[in-house]
Amino acid sequence: MQEQSLIGAFEAPPQDAARAFRAALEALARPGTIHEIKGGQAPAPVSEAAASLLLTLCDPETPLCLMGRHDTPEIRDWIAFQIGAPIVGPESAMFALGTWTALQPITNFLIGTPEYPDRSTTLIVEMEALSQDGATLAGPGIKETATLALPDIEPFQMNHALFPLGVDFYFTAGTQIAGLPRSTRISGTQVLEATEAN
Amino acid sequence: MYVAVKGGERAIDNAHAWLAEERRGDTSVAELTVPQIREQLALAVNRVMTEGSLYDPDLAALAIKQSRGDLIEAIFLIRAYRTTLPRIGHSEPVETDTMACDRRVSATFKDVPGGQVLGPTFDYTHRLLDFKLMAEGELPAAAEGEPRLEPTPHVTSFLNKEGLIQGEEHAEVMPPDLTREPLELPANRALRLQALTRGDEGFILSMAYSTQRGYGNSHAFVGELRIGKVAVEMEVPELGFAIEVGEVELTECETVNKFAGSKVEPPQFTRGYGLTFGQTERKAISMALVDRSLRSKELGVEVSNSPAHDEEFVLYHCDNIQATGFLEHIKLPHYVDFQSEMELVRKMRAEIAEAEAGSSVKEAAE
Amino acid sequence: MSDYNFAYLDEQTKRMIRRAILKGIAVPGYQVPFASREMPMPYGWGTGGVQVSAACLCPEDTLKVIDQGADDTTNAVSIRKFFEKTAEIAVTEKTREATVIQTRHRIPEEPLTEGQILVYQVPIPEPLRFLEPRETETRKMHALEEYGLMHVKLYEDIAKHGHIATSYAYPVKVEDRYVMDPSPIPKFDNPKMDMAAIQLFGAGREQRIYAVPPYTKVVSLDFEDHPFDPSKANHPCDLCGAEHTYLDEVIIDDEGGRMFVCSDTDYCAERQAEGHRGRLSPSENIEKAAE
Repeated sequence: MQEQSLIGAFEAPPQDAARAFRAALEALARPGTIHEIKGGQAPAPVSEAAASLLLTLCDPETPLCLMGRHDTPEIRDWIAFQIGAPIVGPESAMFALGTWTALQPITNFLIGTPEYPDRSTTLIVEMEALSQDGATLAGPGIKETATLALPDIEPFQMNHALFPLGVDFYFTAGTQIAGLPRSTRISGTQVLEATEAN
Repeated sequence: MYVAVKGGERAIDNAHAWLAEERRGDTSVAELTVPQIREQLALAVNRVMTEGSLYDPDLAALAIKQSRGDLIEAIFLIRAYRTTLPRIGHSEPVETDTMACDRRVSATFKDVPGGQVLGPTFDYTHRLLDFKLMAEGELPAAAEGEPRLEPTPHVTSFLNKEGLIQGEEHAEVMPPDLTREPLELPANRALRLQALTRGDEGFILSMAYSTQRGYGNSHAFVGELRIGKVAVEMEVPELGFAIEVGEVELTECETVNKFAGSKVEPPQFTRGYGLTFGQTERKAISMALVDRSLRSKELGVEVSNSPAHDEEFVLYHCDNIQATGFLEHIKLPHYVDFQSEMELVRKMRAEIAEAEAGSSVKEAAE
Repeated sequence: MSDYNFAYLDEQTKRMIRRAILKGIAVPGYQVPFASREMPMPYGWGTGGVQVSAACLCPEDTLKVIDQGADDTTNAVSIRKFFEKTAEIAVTEKTREATVIQTRHRIPEEPLTEGQILVYQVPIPEPLRFLEPRETETRKMHALEEYGLMHVKLYEDIAKHGHIATSYAYPVKVEDRYVMDPSPIPKFDNPKMDMAAIQLFGAGREQRIYAVPPYTKVVSLDFEDHPFDPSKANHPCDLCGAEHTYLDEVIIDDEGGRMFVCSDTDYCAERQAEGHRGRLSPSENIEKAAE
């Protein structure tokens, strides 16, 4: 086991996790808003925001899917030591971590069942940066409309069309987080290639 | 004069101080100690451990003392304590085949290998108040025998050899944990058994009784009832093998029920199963009957509308902590909702009065 | 209480509850099953709300707890003390100052704002439960969006009584999809549910969590010819004179004399402090006596 996997947990787990959860809650409850989420440090290229979110929501009861450059031995070790989440494929993941490209196709993930729409995957999409300069959002959590830079448009629209089934998204970059639940309606054609982490 | 429910905080503090005084009772009478409760009210302790889902006689005794002997309150204290404990790991399934039996009886055979052992039972006592117990005194020692060293085989295993009784599949998957996952229906048997073990003794007893009286008849015999200690083992990952971490006293009951067979299966006996902490045999037998009753669907026998055949009914209503909490919450203020109801009733009454007045005016005019 | 974790619950339990809350936010009005834990207060006394609050509270939060709209009812006091002890957070009776508000049976009169969380204690989360006792059936009805039974029930009320005979826990439809129980708030409060704050609902005994994000469409069920009527007692508050608040009726003498006062004690006190007076305000009585 790498020494790296022994560090990067929250300093004061109950308090730090509570603050991180509130950021995640506000982000998902108000799509288009961007929040600070801090305290977790995982091996590169995992952002501080994504590491904090994993520490806040994941444990041995949540199968996790690592995709692309986010599936490294160092990251697996870190997760084994800090979180204990079993590493699985997309078809049985409660959470998934990767860049937008690496997570494709998102239709591989769980969308829940009509009786249990909550049995779906939450995708943590690592971005280069977060910005409100982008697609127009409407729906629960949004007073009239909001905007958020998204790595794509159509897959999110198709995901919304499944409502109340579907996956939910978090976008993370540095210490910032934004959320996009399946309930959000998306319009606009702007695709920001530049926001994709590489 | 307007007296609202003010000063809630002081009222609560005062009520609790009074409760503490009442709990202690007359101070000229010696205070009960926790070991006294543990040793002398052991059956109450056992019930609290079983329905509290925590094997700790000292804590159960403390809970009984704290709750002034209200066992449901004591179970609640134990449950609330248990839920704060970190989960370090889980034990291997206990092997009741290796139980050191203090009591072991079978109603289906006159005698069985391992013998019928009555043990410390109320059975065959005459229920006459023993006034000697009002005075303290030394007891004559009970006779002692040689402990049986070899394991005591399960009675149902004899029937098993003949194929007369349905075998039980060895579960390959990890059973769900009722205390960690929400109850989902239909429930599998492991989940049902957990719910029944935790369930209220009185409720499970009445459900079992109802099956005997014809509400979902299932003709149970006590194939075997055994009470004794078993070792609890836990696998330590660093060692790679299981080590004994302690022992618990259990009551296990297996009932044997006649099953007429179906189109695909010949007639065979089926089983009901009960397992509880300590000596709690009324509960274990009741549980076995209800378990068998809830298996009707999977055994392919007729499912009636009887309560004991209804998984949702039994599982959603057997937990006395849930039941007592919800029942007693109607003591809490509900005046906001009641006000809303009063307004509606007044409005509807006013409308009826208005309509009647209107029609009488009309009649007078005609 | 240093023997217990921050906000009482262990971290693994909080994570489980937090995941359920987020699913609730993603699917507004859908009841997410969660493995409710035994709490040190009885089921039916707010264990669901307490677990949701415990999973949300940060050290910086200011908590307000109300029961029947009042901060000083015994169960509100008991829950507030519990969090003061286990989370060492600030508490308040002022709606405006609170960041997390746990409530039983009321929505505060003061409009809630962004950044606030309203946590409801829910006894029976299933709006269809009294029409269909089986969970396996009601779950199917939600899955198929099959709410005919509810409309039939409401329509039967109208046929029989000329009114929809539900005055509290009045069912709502959330974002045109799920029929939801708003908890036993008076129907007077239903229109407030389209609000700026996050609304979270916890049902401990029934093991369900659900949510309404800010600015979410919440519509009380009704019929075109029988529109929803959020009525209340037709009186002003006898202490602060408010005509727009939900009122408690208090019997004040042996002859059955009564007064009407705001159920929201904080709102009423604030109005009185601002100089608003009602029919039975103490100072007015003194003035009247002097006349």
